[in-house]
Order: sequence, then C-alpha cells, then structure tokens
Amino acid sequence: MKWLTILMVLPLLGAAMISTLSKANEKAAKQLALATTLIVMAATIAMAVGFQRDNIDLQFVEKYSWIPSFGINFALGVDAIALVLILMSTILAPIVILAGWNEAHGGRWSVKTFYILILVLETMMIGVFAATDVFLFYVIFEAMLIPVYFLIGGYGTGERAAAAVKFLIYSLVGGLLMLASIIALYVMSGAQGGHTFDISELSKLTMSSTTQNLLFLGFFIAFAIKAPVWPFHTWLPDAAKAATPGTSVLLLGVLDKVGTYGMIRYCLTLFPEASKTFTPIILVLAVISIIYGAFLAIGAKDIKRLIAYTSISHFGFITMGIFAMTTQGHSGAILYMFNHGFSTAALFLVAGWMISRRGSSTIADFGGLQRVTPIMAWTFFVAGMSSLALPGLSSFVSEFLVLVGTFTRYPVHAIIATFGIVLAALYILIPVQRALHGPTTPGNETLSDLNLREKIAIAPVIAIIVVLGFYPAPLLKVINPAASHVISQMGFTDPAPTNGDK
Amino acid sequence: MTFTAPVLSYALLSPMLILLGGALIGVLVEAFVSKALRPAVQLTLTLGSILLSFMQLWRIRGEQSLTAAMGSVVFDGPAALLQGSILIIAFISVFLIADTENFTALAAALPGSDEERHALQSGNQVTEVYPLTLFAVSGMLLFPVANDLITLFVALEMLSLPLYLMAGLSRRRRLASQESALKYFLLGAFSSAFFLFGAAYLYGFSSSISFSGIREAIVGGGGNDVLLLIGIAFLSIGLLFKVGAVPFHAWSPDVYQGAPTPVTAFMAAATKVAAFGAMLRIYYTVFANAQWSWTPVLSGIAIVTMLLGSLVAIAQRDVKRMLAYSSIAHAGFLLSGVIALNKAGLDATIFYLLAYGIATVGAFAVVTLVRDSSGEVTDLNRWRGLGKRSPFAATTFALFLLAFAGIPMTSGFIGKFSIFSAAYESGAKGVVIAGVLSSAIAAFFYIRVIVLMFFTDATEDGTSVEIPSILTRATVIIAAVITVALGVYPAPLLNFITDLAIFIR
Repeated sequence: MKWLTILMVLPLLGAAMISTLSKANEKAAKQLALATTLIVMAATIAMAVGFQRDNIDLQFVEKYSWIPSFGINFALGVDAIALVLILMSTILAPIVILAGWNEAHGGRWSVKTFYILILVLETMMIGVFAATDVFLFYVIFEAMLIPVYFLIGGYGTGERAAAAVKFLIYSLVGGLLMLASIIALYVMSGAQGGHTFDISELSKLTMSSTTQNLLFLGFFIAFAIKAPVWPFHTWLPDAAKAATPGTSVLLLGVLDKVGTYGMIRYCLTLFPEASKTFTPIILVLAVISIIYGAFLAIGAKDIKRLIAYTSISHFGFITMGIFAMTTQGHSGAILYMFNHGFSTAALFLVAGWMISRRGSSTIADFGGLQRVTPIMAWTFFVAGMSSLALPGLSSFVSEFLVLVGTFTRYPVHAIIATFGIVLAALYILIPVQRALHGPTTPGNETLSDLNLREKIAIAPVIAIIVVLGFYPAPLLKVINPAASHVISQMGFTDPAPTNGDK
Repeated sequence: MTFTAPVLSYALLSPMLILLGGALIGVLVEAFVSKALRPAVQLTLTLGSILLSFMQLWRIRGEQSLTAAMGSVVFDGPAALLQGSILIIAFISVFLIADTENFTALAAALPGSDEERHALQSGNQVTEVYPLTLFAVSGMLLFPVANDLITLFVALEMLSLPLYLMAGLSRRRRLASQESALKYFLLGAFSSAFFLFGAAYLYGFSSSISFSGIREAIVGGGGNDVLLLIGIAFLSIGLLFKVGAVPFHAWSPDVYQGAPTPVTAFMAAATKVAAFGAMLRIYYTVFANAQWSWTPVLSGIAIVTMLLGSLVAIAQRDVKRMLAYSSIAHAGFLLSGVIALNKAGLDATIFYLLAYGIATVGAFAVVTLVRDSSGEVTDLNRWRGLGKRSPFAATTFALFLLAFAGIPMTSGFIGKFSIFSAAYESGAKGVVIAGVLSSAIAAFFYIRVIVLMFFTDATEDGTSVEIPSILTRATVIIAAVITVALGVYPAPLLNFITDLAIFIR
C-alpha cells in the first residue's frame, strides 16, 4: 500500500473540498478540515503499526520518476526518526484545528482560506519528513514557507506583516545557501557515476574535506535558521508572537523540527567528516542557545514570546543531543523533538485561550487565574511543568537522555547545559506564579473556564505528556535502533560509562 | 558567365516569411480597411500569422540545415526551440496589444496638439502597432538563426526599429513615452555601431563574415589575436546592450517605464529570447574555441548584472521600473547559462528563456489591469491592499513574483536550478554563489510587493482594477498556468529541449 502518498494526498483532497464551499459556510469548512486531519491521523497510526522497528532500512518506500533529465525522483520513505515526526505532526494537526476553532476569525481573508492553507501545510509537513530525494526535500522545504507566510501575515495579530516577512526572508536566505550546496552535490554526483538526488547515493560521494566543510555549512546554516539555533534565532519570537496560537504550534512544534531533523538526516548522513569537524563549534552554539534562550525567557514580558524563547532553549538541547554523537544523546534528541511538539502545543494552546479571554498577552495582566478558571490554570501548570522537564512528564526523559548522552563524551558542555534546567524552573515558575496564583488581578474575575471543545482538544496532549513521562518505552524502542544506526554509520562507538567507584 | 539560381530552402525560412507577409498585408489593411473593421481585422491577421508561422515551425522542427538562404541562415534544434518560444510569447503578448486603450490614436500627431485631440474624439484609432509587431517578431526569429555577421546585423535592426517606434506609442504620458523611444533609439544606434565595429574587426581577423569561417579561423589559430579580441569585445557590447546587461543597462528602466505596458511586456520577454538565442549561437559555436578570452569578462558582467539589478530594484517605487531592474538581474542569471558553455547550459538557458518570458508577459499583463481614471497606476504605494480589491490580479501577480524569485513549484525555480547547476558544472562557482546571493536579495523586494498587496490596507482610493478584457485575462491565465505547470512537472518540456537542443556547426 502506498501509505506515504496516501497521507500526502488526503489533506490536499480535504483542501480541494473546502475550496468548493461558499465563503459564508465557515462551520462546514472547519468541520471538513477537522475530519480530514482526523482521517490523516488515523491513517498515520495505521501505517505506524505496520512499521518494523528492528529494521533500520527505509520503509514504505515509494519512487516515481519526476524530472528524469536531472535524475530527480518523487521518492518517499521513512525510518524511525521520520516516522516519529510524521506521527507527531499528524496528531498535532487535528488538535490545533479543534483548539483554535475560532482563531481564523478576524483574519485578513476568509475562514475557508485559513483551513486550505493549514491542510496544504499538512501535506508538506508529511512530505518534508518523508522525502528521500534531496531535491524533493528542498522543494517542500521552501514551498512550505508560503502557506506559513500567509498564515502569519493574514491571520496573525499585531505586527503580523513584518513578522511574516522576517520569517520568510530568514528562511529563504538559509534555503538559498542550501540550494548552492545541493547544486554542488548534484554536479559531483554527475562526475561520479551519474546525476542523482537519492540521499543514499549521495552519501557515497567522495569529496575533499574543504568541499565537504563548505557544503556542510550550506546545509547546517539553513537548518540552524530553521531550528533555530543561536545566533540565527531572532525571527522566531516575532513570528511566534504575531501568529495565531495554532499556527505557532505548527511553526514551533513541526516546522522548526525540520531543522533538527535535517541536521540528522542531511548534515550527519551526507557529510560525516565535516560534522565531526564542526561538532565543537556547534556544541558551543547549542549550549549558548540553551542558556541564552532561558535568560531571554526569564526576562520576557509577553507570554507568547516567553514560549518562543523557551523553545530556543529546548532546541539547544536537541542540537546538543544530535551532535554529542552518542546513541543516548541521539535517542534523547529524537524523543525530545516528539515531546517538545506536545509540550509546546500545550503551552501555546492554553496561552492562546488565556490571551483570547483576557485580550492581552502581557503576563502582568494575568493573576490569580487558579481561582477564576481552575481547569485552564491547571492545564497551563502541567504544560509548564512539562516544559521545565519535571520528572514524570515526558520532557524529563528526553532531557535526561540528552544530558547523559552528552556527558559521556562532553562533560563540560553537559554540566553547563544542566544550568539550563535550573533556569527553566525560573522561567516557568515565575510566570506560573504571576499568572495563576496570588490575588486575582482586577478585570479577570469574570473570565470563563475551558469549554468542552477546549477540554477535548487539550486532553490528548496532556495524556501524551503524562503517559510518555512514565512509560516512554514504546517510542524509545522504535527510536533506539535508528539512533544507534546513525551513530555507528558515523564511525562512533559509545564511550563506556565512567564509573563513580573508580 | 553562368548564373546559378540561389537555393533558399523556403521551407526553413517559411516561419519568417509568413510573418513578413502578414506584416505587409497589415500595412495594406491599415490603408484600405474602414476604421470600424480595422482593429478586428488586424488582430485576426496578426494572431493568424503567428499561429500559421508556429504550425509551420512545428512541421519543420526536426530539420537541420546549414545552407538555408545560401548559408546565411542556419536551422537546427536550438533554432526551432528559440523561434517557437518567441512565437508563443508574441502570441500571448498580442492579446495585450489588442487592448487599444493603451495606444495613442495618432502617433504622428504632436502630444497635446489639436490633431491628437481630434483623432481621439473621432475614434480614428490607427492600428499600426500590429504590423510593427509582426515586423519585430520576424526580426526576432531571424536573430537566433543568422549564420553570418551581415544577416545578424540585419536581423538586429529588423527587430529593433519597430520596437523603437512601438515604445513611443503610449496614449498616456506621451512625452515620457516619446522620450523613452528616443532614448532607446539613440542608445540602440550606438550599440549597433559598436556591433558593426566588432563585426569589421572579426572580418579583419578571419577574412570571412560567415560564422563557420570565423570559427575555422579561431580553431586554426595563427590570425591576429588583437583583431579577434577587439572583434569579440565590440560584438559582445552590441549583444549585451540588447539583453540589458550591466553596464549597458541604463536604457531599460526608462524604456520599460515609458513604453506602453503591452509593448514593454512584449519587448521584455521576446527580445530577451531573441538576443540570448543569438548569443548562445555565437558563443557556443563561433567563439567556443576562444573561450579563454571571453568567459572571465562575461562572468564578471554576469555577477555585476545579477547583484546590481537586484540591489537597485529594492529602491524602486514604480512597479514597471522594479520589473525592469528585475529583468536586468535575470539577464545576469541567463548569462551564467551562456558562460556554462556545455549542453546542460544550453538546455537550461532555453528553458529559462521560455519560462521567464511567459512569466514576464503575465506580470506586465497584470500591470495593465491596475488602473484609475487616468490610466495605469504604476506607483507601488497605490498597489496597497490590492489583494482585497482584486484577488485575481493580486494572486496572479504574486505568483509571477514568486516565479521570478525562484520559489519551488514555479517555473522560475526549475529554471534557476538548471542554469546554476550547469554553470557550476562548468566550474563557474563564483557566478553561482553570486547568483544565489542576488536571489536572496531579489526575494526581498518581490516579497515586499506581496506584502503591499496582501498585508496592508489601501491608504487612498481611486485605484481600481478594471474588469479585464477577455484577451488580457486569457494572457494572465495562460501565463499563470504555464508558470505553475512548468514548476510542478517540467519533465516533458525539459526532455523535449534536451533532445532537440544541439547546435549544428
């Protein structure tokens, strides 16, 4: 069965159906979008069940000739890493639609257009993780900017146009650097046995170390902008602040993962030597991201910017786990990508409800919500705890794995990064205390608590956060073989754990 | 003395002959057909000639001949492809020209004179623009198939002279239009002089005016290299002027802005195809063996053209000027295909020319739609909020801009990728890096326009989008469909080009 193609076509079908509706029929557009994403989610889960977790090869492989004169194929396939991320994306999509049921109102264009953009984006989110042809990956990587651009600029708040442009320009510049590298790969493949964009063929190319370093940088900078890693992060807070909460979830939860995913899939696989060369620098950038993002978060006055800054810190952890070059670090990073998707979703969605009720996104405007809206306050609390990696919640497992995996090879980095956890406690607990506890700030007495739709939307997110916190094994069993495969391909063996008794 | 009748191979010349015939009939129509019928007759005649010419071209596309018209015309795969591209672009441009609202009623009348007013009031609209277009198109068809320097020069003048006139035909802002025509003419005349100067030196170097003769002289060596270098340099100046490469670009913003927009569309798209077609033939066949002498200079020009075009475009406040600078930047991208000097570069340049030409016609077609009571509105500030007032115009214009910016899923991306990879393959890495950089710069101002149209509200009104005539709407739709189709599934066209594009020498 052509699972991946089906997954990619389904949202497009939904979008086509929505486009036939009349503009006034907003409810039908929403329902249709929700139904489509639910079907896609069900199909993804059905596909995931058939995934053979001990098989490290690509699975569900499909390949169609697309542009034969350049050797370009429409080639899809997933390994465990891609599967986990696709699963995350397709689970998040219906949640986002349900949670942000009314967020398309007040946009520049119709509600219908909003959901068409979301569904087109979902197709691309699946495709970008499933592509095994570098050209196809690049096409989707760039093309998915366009729907996001219109989602931020058309439906966001505040300085939405400026934020959308900033997002697009940063991403395009990164993408063009990657394009230069891709062209170089393509030309070299032509000189070494025939033009191809197949990722596994390209990984066999021989090239001088200078070339490899330069091409690596082309890819890495594109991904570092996307992820984002310090110092390429400045677009993210603006974009996250301007976008609707749902768009922000997709932006930070899914799109930014393309950056960290790309580091594993493209940087490490295509340029193993260069990856080793640049590891020391990248680890420093990652540690800076962790600490710097945390400090910015502590200082943030705006709740959406705060969440964006915490994400910069979290992406620092993911990047560190990837470049620590240990199986544990890698597994942790991949699991972190999955978990971060849900904890960020929880934070953003609840924050979005708070903001729409209060009409302000300044933290100081909230206060004492615990008393007025206990359910909303508690979900925000759980989301926050997950973000600071409280043991028993999902992020703890991944953050712990990343730190342990990094410590075995780079103890100094790991120790400094650990301070990130301390800072995380500050940046979460301070706003929690200000917004949820204490006396109710005047003007907040009449806020309403979560309604049924919102409860249904947030319940699965909280459930995933809690369940994976106690029992991450099902996911780790899928991730571990893939992680150790990448590490062994790079020629690394895990260092023996240093024993405290020695 | 016996007289041998020249062998002309009429079949191979027929696409051009059909157009010339159509143009001559058009001149007669102008004189003899009543003014009520004239526009319709001229339009039918023009479209019919182009269509017939295209069908004839399709019939002979597989033929190869070095000897048409006694060796002064060469016909091969690239020739067929380039001529075909020119005809397609001309066809959809004529749809725009059919909107006579843009053209002065009586070009011979002084601006603001009584004759002009009288001609306008009596509805006595002359339609000489149609035969002029046909003359220009036939010159453009001849340009890339010319096989000696004299024919090349004749073709150059044949395509330029009608364009000089057409640039001055605008109904609104006639003085600016006439100024642009004069500027175009004077600078064009200079460049023709340079061109002839270079041709003379090449003759001095090789004692031949035919491409094959010059080529043999270069391959054989032993000639005076100074003559050759001067010849190449001055011939190149003439050609680079026509494509608007820096530092020979100064005319293009003014001319693009001053000329009636349908003429700008036609000129920007079709002239580029013709001129680059001729450049491809000359550099790929005639000068190929003197590569050492011209690739470094041309690379430098390409880099400067890309960067300058993109940078200056940022500062533009007028949509036609912005498109002019963008077209300068695109000339730079196209030059990197010429420098590549390999099969991939040839294929890529031909693909790029067609893709870019069609998107350009589409973009200018949208410009003709945005009007107020006094004609087209080209001030970008007044395009604010266009997305709200006319989703059709704004969406299609955004699509063309994205294609210019080379965003995937549009023809522009495939073109850019193929042309850069060909240049990289030939070792011109610096050009590729400059190309990627200037793409990033260019993306900035394309996106700015999209922001203006979609994300800002109109400040003052009065700008309205005229319900487009069916023909203009058709041009926009055709161009948009082709732009997307070539971006999503370019394989058939790419294969077709790859199979056909082989120069015969």
